[in-house]
Amino acid sequence: MKNIIVLGSGCARCIKTAELIDKIAQEQSAEVTVSKETNPETIMSYGVMSTPAVVIDNALVHSGSIPNRNQIEAWLNQG
Amino acid sequence: MFEIFTQLADWLTYSILKLSPESKLGDAAHFFIEDVSKIFALLLVMIYFIALLRASLNVEKVRDFLATRHRGIGYVLGSGFGAITPFCSCSSIPVFLGFTSAGIPVGITMAFLLTSPLINEVAVLLLLSLLGWQFTVLYVAVGMAVGILGGVFLDAIKAERWLQSFAAKALHQAQNQNPSVAIIQPELKRLSLPQRHQFAKDETLEIFARVWKWVFVGVGLGAALHGFIPDGLIEARLGDGQWWSVPAAVLLGIPLYSNATGVIPVMESLIVNGLPVGTTLAFCMSTVAASFPEFVLLKQVMQWRLLATVFIMLLVAFTLIGWIFNAFTPFL
Repeated sequence: MKNIIVLGSGCARCIKTAELIDKIAQEQSAEVTVSKETNPETIMSYGVMSTPAVVIDNALVHSGSIPNRNQIEAWLNQG
Repeated sequence: MFEIFTQLADWLTYSILKLSPESKLGDAAHFFIEDVSKIFALLLVMIYFIALLRASLNVEKVRDFLATRHRGIGYVLGSGFGAITPFCSCSSIPVFLGFTSAGIPVGITMAFLLTSPLINEVAVLLLLSLLGWQFTVLYVAVGMAVGILGGVFLDAIKAERWLQSFAAKALHQAQNQNPSVAIIQPELKRLSLPQRHQFAKDETLEIFARVWKWVFVGVGLGAALHGFIPDGLIEARLGDGQWWSVPAAVLLGIPLYSNATGVIPVMESLIVNGLPVGTTLAFCMSTVAASFPEFVLLKQVMQWRLLATVFIMLLVAFTLIGWIFNAFTPFL
């Protein structure tokens, strides 16, 4: 079960990112939990400066844009 | 080179819409069609080429660069990078914290954040095409001066005292560490031409999707001013740069919130209608940089006291800019 966190200060692009990951995970019936993190202190602790950013099981995998479908599918299929 | 847009506007306004060139509506419609078509064409072409060039520049690189520079030059560089780095205002909090936790002084970080909304490639392109290069140079110089001097001032009053405690702690820790250890090196990637093209294409579509409605609103307001405000009204009332008109313009700009893209077409009409350059600059910079929603976001990393200081500093700066330019315009 993967634990996916979308980091972002509540901007439209961050919300879209979380929705997109949720949607693709459901399509693939992948076992994941998707949550959003808006606390600036927590975002800082991941060393992220451009949001939206994506953290999977505590590892930062992406930052600065809405990820595309291929990237998300690759994350979901890993490990 | 821009005549084609005038011809397009002539054809659409007078032949297709059958408006008379003498009527107010015809005048406003012509202005609107010419400016919107010109701006859209310029934006699409130029954003693409600029994005192609700066595909490998990002805030992480700027941070690493600034963290290793001398403080004096840091303000100038911070402001310069603020002008050229692509960056959305929704990222200002993570950028602020990223810079701070790399040990970059608050003043340099603020030089970056204050200049960023005032100057960007879209604004510069619009200024060049609508108001000419002299005004563009003036605008960029003034925008950078606000960022640089604002940053110097904030460090002089030791603004870091008034950060939220976790941000202050991060800054303190980073400054007491060996800087080479404190910075996590991001992976450096070299971009191939197809990758640059992809970036530039995405960037163009993204920026265009974000700004086109501002161009419509801005040019629409400009067209309304152009066609419906009687010639000479603004000039007669405010043309002498009466001293009170500048602070009034700054205050009026606070509740109005727009980005640089929307406000520049309005600037053009105000100047053409005879509003003095200083008053126009003061009004437009206040509209772009002093906005409540944005300041409330900064509350997450700053205490009220610092927030209020920055806000008042900006209002004073814009008022001074207005007065100085109104005083010197007659001699230019």
